[in-house]
Amino acid sequence: MRVAEFVMALVMALFSLYLMWKSTELPIGWIPDEGPGGGAFPFWLSLGMLLCCLWMLVRWVTRTSPPSRSTEPYMTPQTLKWFLLVAGSLTVMIGLIHIIGVYGAVPLFLIFYVRFLGRHSWVITGALAVFTPIAAFLFFEIALKKTLPKGFTEPLFYPLYDFFF
Amino acid sequence: MEVLALLINGFAITFEPLNLALVIAGVVVGLFIGAMPGLGSVNGVAILLPMTFLVPPTSAVIFLAAIYYGAMYGGAISSIMLGIPGASTAVATTFDGRPLALKGLADKALVAAAAASFVGGTISVVLFTLFALPLADVALAFGPPETFALMVLAFATFVGLGGDDIPKTLFSILIGLVLSTVGLDIISGQPRLIFGDLTGFYHGINFLVLAIGIYGIGEMLWTIEVSQGEVLMSKATVSFRGILNNLKGLKSSIKTMIMGSFLGYFVGILPAAGATPGSLMAYGVAKTMSKNPETYGKGNIDGVVAPEAANNAASTGSMLPMLTLGIPGSPTTAILLGGMVIWGLEPGPLVFTDHPDFVWGLIASLYVANVFALLINIGFIPAFIWVLKMPFTILAPIIFVLCVVGGYVPTQDMHDVWLMLIFGVVGYLMRKLDYPMAPAVLAIVLGPLAEPAMRQSLIGSHGDVMTFFERPISGTIMAIAFLLFVLPLLKAAKGRLSRRRAEGSP
Repeated sequence: MRVAEFVMALVMALFSLYLMWKSTELPIGWIPDEGPGGGAFPFWLSLGMLLCCLWMLVRWVTRTSPPSRSTEPYMTPQTLKWFLLVAGSLTVMIGLIHIIGVYGAVPLFLIFYVRFLGRHSWVITGALAVFTPIAAFLFFEIALKKTLPKGFTEPLFYPLYDFFF
Repeated sequence: MEVLALLINGFAITFEPLNLALVIAGVVVGLFIGAMPGLGSVNGVAILLPMTFLVPPTSAVIFLAAIYYGAMYGGAISSIMLGIPGASTAVATTFDGRPLALKGLADKALVAAAAASFVGGTISVVLFTLFALPLADVALAFGPPETFALMVLAFATFVGLGGDDIPKTLFSILIGLVLSTVGLDIISGQPRLIFGDLTGFYHGINFLVLAIGIYGIGEMLWTIEVSQGEVLMSKATVSFRGILNNLKGLKSSIKTMIMGSFLGYFVGILPAAGATPGSLMAYGVAKTMSKNPETYGKGNIDGVVAPEAANNAASTGSMLPMLTLGIPGSPTTAILLGGMVIWGLEPGPLVFTDHPDFVWGLIASLYVANVFALLINIGFIPAFIWVLKMPFTILAPIIFVLCVVGGYVPTQDMHDVWLMLIFGVVGYLMRKLDYPMAPAVLAIVLGPLAEPAMRQSLIGSHGDVMTFFERPISGTIMAIAFLLFVLPLLKAAKGRLSRRRAEGSP
């Protein structure tokens, strides 16, 4: 926990510095008669972020904040396993949406999660994997008229579009 | 009597078939979301906001407000049955609700929670109706400096009353504000903070991306971690006669209910405070006022009644500044406020004159939602208990899919989905280190309103900062905000002083 607290504060301090540097692309100073320039708001706020991070680091050194005193692990092996599996499968699903579209990626994700992480029966898994995309299609594409990304599976949907529109 | 006429008009809107159906649907969804451990009103509203593009704004806000309401009722169910707060707003309900359930009095606690929620909801909606117009009238006189001062006050409330680590709270506010500046500079129109020259940043970072990231994905990751262990479920038998008997037994708690309702309502009005501190405070006050405070924490029914009345009252209270001032009173109303912007309504007092149907439809729907929430809650207690048994490994993937699709729909840009994933994961990692997340969400909603307010004030005053302090209303608000900012410092100094004294005089 103590290490994580330090690393997070440090990473966020670096991020603040990057934001400050990035803000200087627009005037950060005071324009007479007008007030702050376009970059000023993000610049000074990022400076504030940096100061907060430094404050956290001071508290880390003096061990005055609870996480900097804690000897508990930041993540137990069990937690880490679940975190990696869940966040990993989410990343893979979002990545796959670019290629095989929502209607390919979502069922795969549901099958992986419900069957292999949740250890539920194939009946439940199958029902979810089939009905979730259908519900999503009817709700978003038909009712809301917002097309979801389909990747290379797009042509498969032409007959459906013809039917509904 | 102007209010009465407007309210009747509002009821006419609420009783339109579509809106009435949405109130009932919202209450049911809210009850389920509230009952589910880990999910609260803010998660439900954030994840479901993109779905409401289907209906007109008035119906959409009625639906979301009903979810907010239902979740306040529902939160008590898992607090009592599992001992895990169904939502952060129901934390205080576990203190006495759980001991009651362990004694076999779960049904008594559930009925008390529902009745208290109803009383809290009703009192606060009446207060809301009475306060709304006068406050909106006052707010009409506000210019950009006052608006900006109010926003400073909202952030100061987090620092002063939030109770989280101060540098981390400030950091959370600041990062939310900085993220809100990404996109095109509102005054000069120049692009700024376009990371890596990605075109996706030109339209800015939609608050929903952060809200769904944190309250959808981040919250799920958090709940998966917390819910690894097995939980013990209490048994509750519910019968009609039992409900009546339990209601009769609540006579002695009426005073506590009323106290909780008023306290919750006024805490809810405070910008950013919301239902969680409201319910905790009500619990504290009820305990202090009680003749036998030692029974609290061991299953005193007043310990369930006070926070439950307060959290419902606070949820209504927090809508008052959202509607009249354009400043959200809680994280959930921050998302509703963001929703108003998406629906094309300008938040602030002008909504009352420009969109009276929206405002009064919403207010009237709260009365109706309250009644339905009570009936559905008490009538279907067994159904909600069944929900608690639903395995999380089925619920979680469905919510993840909803988050991904819901994150995509508002802008139809995969860029936002990736950002949402990053926010969710980083938010989860930061939350584990006690970084509060609500201030960042509030900040990203208020940022696009705060920056122009500040810069317009300064352009109006030719760059004179004193404009925020010299105008009477803005000056007063700034002074209160300043007090709230230094409050924790004073507390810390006092604590250190008394410790030193204790060490000095053994």
